[in-house]
Amino acid sequence: MIEIDKVSKAYGAGKSRFMALNDVSVTIRKNEFFTLLGPSGCGKTTLLRVIAGFVDPTEGSVTMDGQDLLVLPPHRRPVNTVFQSYALFPHLTVRQNIAFGLEMLGKPKAEIAQTVDEMMALVQMTAMADRQTGQISGGQQQRVALARALAPKPKVLLLDEPLSALDFKLRKDMQIELKRLQTETGITFVFVTHDQEEALTMSDRIAVMSAGSIRQIGSPHDIYEQPAERFVADFIGDTNFLPVQVGTVQGDMAEVTLSSGKTVAARAVLGGQGGGTTLAIRPEHTRLVPPDQGLLQGRLENVVYFGTDTHYHVAIGKDETIVTRAQNLPGSVAQFKTGDTVGVDFPAGVGQVLKD
Amino acid sequence: MANSAKGFDVRKQWGFTTIAAVCFVLLYLPVVLLVVYSFNAGTSVAIWEGFSLQWYRSAWDNQQVQEATVRSLVLAFWASLIATSAAVLAALATTRVRPFKGYSTVFAAINQPLMVPEIVTAVALLILFAGIKVQTGYTGLGYLVLAHSAFCIPFAYLPIRARLQGMDLTLEQAASDLYASPFQVFRRITLPQLWPGILAGAMLAFVISLDDVVITEFVKSAGQDTLPTYMLGQLRRVVTPEVNAISTVLLAISVTMVIAFFFLSRVKK
Repeated sequence: MIEIDKVSKAYGAGKSRFMALNDVSVTIRKNEFFTLLGPSGCGKTTLLRVIAGFVDPTEGSVTMDGQDLLVLPPHRRPVNTVFQSYALFPHLTVRQNIAFGLEMLGKPKAEIAQTVDEMMALVQMTAMADRQTGQISGGQQQRVALARALAPKPKVLLLDEPLSALDFKLRKDMQIELKRLQTETGITFVFVTHDQEEALTMSDRIAVMSAGSIRQIGSPHDIYEQPAERFVADFIGDTNFLPVQVGTVQGDMAEVTLSSGKTVAARAVLGGQGGGTTLAIRPEHTRLVPPDQGLLQGRLENVVYFGTDTHYHVAIGKDETIVTRAQNLPGSVAQFKTGDTVGVDFPAGVGQVLKD
Repeated sequence: MANSAKGFDVRKQWGFTTIAAVCFVLLYLPVVLLVVYSFNAGTSVAIWEGFSLQWYRSAWDNQQVQEATVRSLVLAFWASLIATSAAVLAALATTRVRPFKGYSTVFAAINQPLMVPEIVTAVALLILFAGIKVQTGYTGLGYLVLAHSAFCIPFAYLPIRARLQGMDLTLEQAASDLYASPFQVFRRITLPQLWPGILAGAMLAFVISLDDVVITEFVKSAGQDTLPTYMLGQLRRVVTPEVNAISTVLLAISVTMVIAFFFLSRVKK
């Protein structure tokens, strides 16, 4: 278990002072696949490097199972890192790369050989054991980097965007592979990515970061279905933002009034009291209906075909647009065409009232 | 490449080819003449009298040349060894630390021999060593070794530093992440990758030491001629193609070392 408590990291001083991390607190549980998700420059890699020991935080504490990590230099921390560039040692073979950590730990030769063989089998690199790292493909290098970091059996594996250099197909395969490895080894994974889909498919929990702080922590389902604020809703998946007035609040549900004057029940994390605010709703939760039905009416501006589904852009009033997504099932026929007046409907309880 | 864009081609500028040709002739014609006359059958370095290897034979049999050659090689070996070791440490200290105040001063201090005129260093060393000689009575090769080591340092330092700067720092981080102590990181990761730079630095230092006249001339004690100072002494008396023969051999050694390094560093990549 890693406990990160009120960690801040500042670069520079005075006017050029820049907070790479701003009062970050998070607990990463044993055996979980924990993802730090955010746009570039949000501090996710800095936080990973704080755990690894390459960055000293300006303030705060980092402990693992009660032990203070910050007093230990990188080579004494029971964590291993898979670097974004893989950082394989170019003068060593695949086997020597994977054995490196075990050798540094002073393990007996026989044990090293056995563990290295296991690791190479685990990542399916046995056939390449004596190749130089420059002679294998990007995907293979990625697997060697993974095996090298896993071989010393660390308590925690840190992964810094390890899939970003791979092409689409290989990335998909490696996502499943990584998840399998994490489940098999039972090692805690801390995974850094800017790819929301990667985060959703692999993680047990996700921390969404922006501008040096954590905006929301939760399961992929929670993060996607119940974004706490506009940034999270916007960063993860596609979202419609509708201006609403919040009426009565009961528990975590609120009665909101849309621009059309109609009311609908929506989830309210904050339980905000009255006033104007924003309702976030996913395109796939809405559907097109004949103009006399539904919660909102508008003009169908654009129909975009995506293969698996079709997106309908509906203009409501002057500067309100809502996107509706419909799956293209066998036999489904387009009911509406561009220029039609249509209705948009969504069920009670799927919209999310945002904090801001 | 920006310069190869249509409209500007430096090769088409007026006079460019001519100037380049003149430069190459000036660079290589004297060397070619030197090599050619080393095979002269006569005693002149200007009048060709037929092909012969006699000057190589006479140089080989000349005891003074033998002694000077051995001295030059021993001197260059120790000087390049000491200079390269010091240069490795200096290069590590100037690339593997956070930028600090006075960094450029340190950089300038390391490269002092490149900036201070050689003759000034020579005179300064002469005065210093004369004092020590009087005090200790020691007149061995140590003075020359120290002097050569000192002025060889920047030549060894620059390629090593360039190599260190070009190295990926995440490799060293990856090693320390894999439980390697700072010394193990250096031993197992930094040093193996630094070898081409060290080799380049050492060879450069070796050649520079082998070639030095000014400082050697001032610092050497009696009977401590190196090849270059011996040749200079010969030129003061009578010039025979023997000097050409020695020069040609020196040239061959230098060229061989440069080519050897070129291939070594290419294979290492």
